[in-house]
Amino acid sequence: MVTGLFISVAIGALISPFASSFPDGLEKVAERIGFMEKGEGRQILGTPFFDYTIPGIANEKLSTSIAGGLGAGLLFAAGCGVAVILKRMKKKDA
Amino acid sequence: MQDKMVPLMGVASAFIFAAQMINFPVAGGTSGHLLGGVLAAIFLGPWAGALVITIVLIAQALIFQDGGITALGANILNMAMLGTVGGYYIYYFLGLLFKGKKGTIFATAAAAWASAVIASSLCALELALSGTSPLTIVLPAMAGIHAIIGIFEALITTFIVGFMIKIRPDLIYKKEKA
Repeated sequence: MVTGLFISVAIGALISPFASSFPDGLEKVAERIGFMEKGEGRQILGTPFFDYTIPGIANEKLSTSIAGGLGAGLLFAAGCGVAVILKRMKKKDA
Repeated sequence: MQDKMVPLMGVASAFIFAAQMINFPVAGGTSGHLLGGVLAAIFLGPWAGALVITIVLIAQALIFQDGGITALGANILNMAMLGTVGGYYIYYFLGLLFKGKKGTIFATAAAAWASAVIASSLCALELALSGTSPLTIVLPAMAGIHAIIGIFEALITTFIVGFMIKIRPDLIYKKEKA
């Protein structure tokens, strides 16, 4: 489990800066057919971590790296948290 | 629910979030990344697996502005419900037909590939229903590119599941007998 968490944070922090910046499957289709602009709707919610970056860090790769590492850690906590809630709910049912 | 479920859901959420950041080039200037629904479900079962994908989608939309709040419902339906729960049952029924370790590997690969194609096809259907693009254009485009991306989904999922069967077979989800 510790290994799994370690690998996840490492992927988020070390490999993510080198991910392909080509458009993904949906983006490519949207570009080709020409509905990409429909995805640029009104912004409902702002976040300082837009598109996997950390505000104030100019180096794009470093910024993505920190966002990926922290994100993986945060998601670990979120996953565990939801599992704990589920467990408590099941105990109540029993 | 077993005790290992808590750290396992944590690791699955962290891993799938990180893996979804890794876009790899596929063909013609297009990239793809792991969906991870079938992967999550093979370890956690279909419903906890779907929950993990939902957690990842919510975090992506709320924190990193990826995927979008208004598309969140559709994303959860496509990837967590159809891609993960649907993908798991493809894996489950293929596993009943093809026994043994080779059968499991085949079921894993086929379900992972199908989950990418099915989830993207449902997305195409939604795009058509919303009047974004006619179905006859958007469906073959989405299914086509995700048939290629799905090969990577199958390779990554099969590699991880095959490896884990070797080192930690106890972590693989077993369907409880009703």
